[in-house]
Amino acid sequence: MIIRGDEPEQLRLLRKLYKPGNYFMQGNEAVAYGALFAGCRFYAGYPITPSSEIAETMARELPKLRGYYLQMEDEIGSIAAMIGASWTGFKVMTATAGPGFSLMQENLGYAVMTETPLVLVDVQRSGPSTGQATKGAQGDFFQARWGTHGDHPIIAVSPVSVEDAFWETIRAFNMAEKLRTPVIVLFDGVIAHTREQIRIPDVSEVEITYRKLPASEKEAKLPFGDPHGDGIPPMPLFGRGYFTHVTGSTHKENGLRDVYTQEVHDRLVRRIHRKIEEHKEEIQKWDEYFTDDMDILIVSWGVSARPSLGAVLKAREEGIRAGIFVPKTVHPFPGKRMKELSKNVRAILVPEMNLGQLILEVQRYVNDNIVIKGVNKIGGVPLRVDEILREIRGVA
Amino acid sequence: MMAVKIYSKYDKVKYLRKEALPTALCPGCGGGTVLNAFANALDELNLDPRDVVVVSGIGCSAWIASPYFLADTLHTTHGRAIAFATGVKVGLPDKKVVVISGDGDLASIGGNHLLHAARRNIDITVILVNNFIYGMTGGQVAPTTPFGAITTTSPYRNIEHPLQISETVAAAGASYVARWTTAHIYQLITSIKKALQVKGFSLVEVISQCPVQYGRRNKMKEPAEMLRWFLKNSISLSKAKKMSPEELEGKFIIGEIVNRQRPEFTEEINKLIEEVADRYGLGDDNAD
Repeated sequence: MIIRGDEPEQLRLLRKLYKPGNYFMQGNEAVAYGALFAGCRFYAGYPITPSSEIAETMARELPKLRGYYLQMEDEIGSIAAMIGASWTGFKVMTATAGPGFSLMQENLGYAVMTETPLVLVDVQRSGPSTGQATKGAQGDFFQARWGTHGDHPIIAVSPVSVEDAFWETIRAFNMAEKLRTPVIVLFDGVIAHTREQIRIPDVSEVEITYRKLPASEKEAKLPFGDPHGDGIPPMPLFGRGYFTHVTGSTHKENGLRDVYTQEVHDRLVRRIHRKIEEHKEEIQKWDEYFTDDMDILIVSWGVSARPSLGAVLKAREEGIRAGIFVPKTVHPFPGKRMKELSKNVRAILVPEMNLGQLILEVQRYVNDNIVIKGVNKIGGVPLRVDEILREIRGVA
Repeated sequence: MMAVKIYSKYDKVKYLRKEALPTALCPGCGGGTVLNAFANALDELNLDPRDVVVVSGIGCSAWIASPYFLADTLHTTHGRAIAFATGVKVGLPDKKVVVISGDGDLASIGGNHLLHAARRNIDITVILVNNFIYGMTGGQVAPTTPFGAITTTSPYRNIEHPLQISETVAAAGASYVARWTTAHIYQLITSIKKALQVKGFSLVEVISQCPVQYGRRNKMKEPAEMLRWFLKNSISLSKAKKMSPEELEGKFIIGEIVNRQRPEFTEEINKLIEEVADRYGLGDDNAD
């Protein structure tokens, strides 16, 4: 039986199993609980550090909620199995780290092209290659954006704390379902293994979404059409007698392959872009502090946003007018807000655990006359407040 | 329109997606025989195609049933059909989930998924069409190409020995494994029927002709020559048991390799869910 996660029986089980209140838990566990609250009842994965606690939590908890945990033979099989399960109606998730994320890229593109809702958690670790397998990093910013081949839109969210991981995972599911698209949770090994307080809410506080289903036979015959004008086709699930055809090849609105007509490819790929572009306002989310009166702007994401905020607070104590902008949705990057904020500042600093990735996105939206400087640290050790503060003082 | 006219003479046309016809298969391809055998097997079992999901990968044989077969059809990435099908089967345990794809797709790039699905013994039926060649890409050597054969990437001769797919899958734990050729149509239909009915992982390996990419370069450019080659070199299991590996080189062992009962994956996973519900007292509160 396909479970959406919002059935009375499911709400009863969630209430019975997870009492609202404060808990002390790891980021990876928070991602798993977020998925369970969002209605995820199918998980297929392959063990990899530093993501494995997500699989372990799902393996332990999913059967209690009548959900399915599958350990596949590799990461390629994991994303494949969850795409198959998504077409039967399950909300699905997998979690991995850099090397596994690389292996999943081909089928991630398949999910984009076939408009299959899924949530893929990449717990970023230090690379390239096996790198420092147990250490966190933020080196997959562009692997998330452009890892799979061809023109494609992608949504990626990046939590900054354990509690944030819970809510951002739920948001990832809701966007995946609403927009019929894969969504990446671009997590990192540092917060994944950080333990801190998190409030588990009552299920009534959690809004969850389920994908649009065809309202008629006619809609079901156009699994890749646009009957509602919002670019999002209803999803004619398998097993319901629709004779749905799904292919990663370029296809017409009825699902059948047509790789020879330029217009068919153009129409399909542009619509897939348009459905994300037109919902950008609701997809993009960010935090900002002290941005009303600032000379210096810090732009940071994920784990690096934490010491960045600490550095901004210290700088303010010293009389330096610093502010901070933290995109929670890193793709599509909230460029419009970035541009607005950049207008009144002298300098922009971009702290991140890589050699400069988010900074390239920032540069696209900022005029040349503003100083943009990366604050970069690699080697598996997060940035410290004093390291960022020193850079702020340097441009103050 | 032309296509509709031709195919309307075919008595199993109701199983086909008419708007996708004619097929893209070459003249003389064994794919049509496999599609026909599959349609006949479903027909004889009186199975409603609404209760069937067909999953395929990449390559000529992936096209046999997708998009041509009128069912839910999932045409996936190269090598991954069985892994996709695993997710489909867990979601729809009461449906028949069938993978129809080729030797390169399922036994080379996707070989690991094939082994592990057999080990898991998940109730999926795989019809693996083995034409010894990568046909769609222009006839390159495959892990199934006979020793010594000429292909576009073994232009002098193939120096590798082919994988024995059926025997390997049987050893991995499948409930049912059979091998036939496209020259053994009735046996093939019978085996597909058995495979569909068996609870657990089933594989029907079909040795099939590719006159265009394989036969042409190996002195068998007519499809009929290839079928005669199959018949001449097919050895029954019982006979094969008495032959040495050297004698079996270049032969096709045909017949039912295994047919046994083993615990099936989706039944086990659903049993586990009930056990967990009992263990934590998660049944209906009102029922207490």
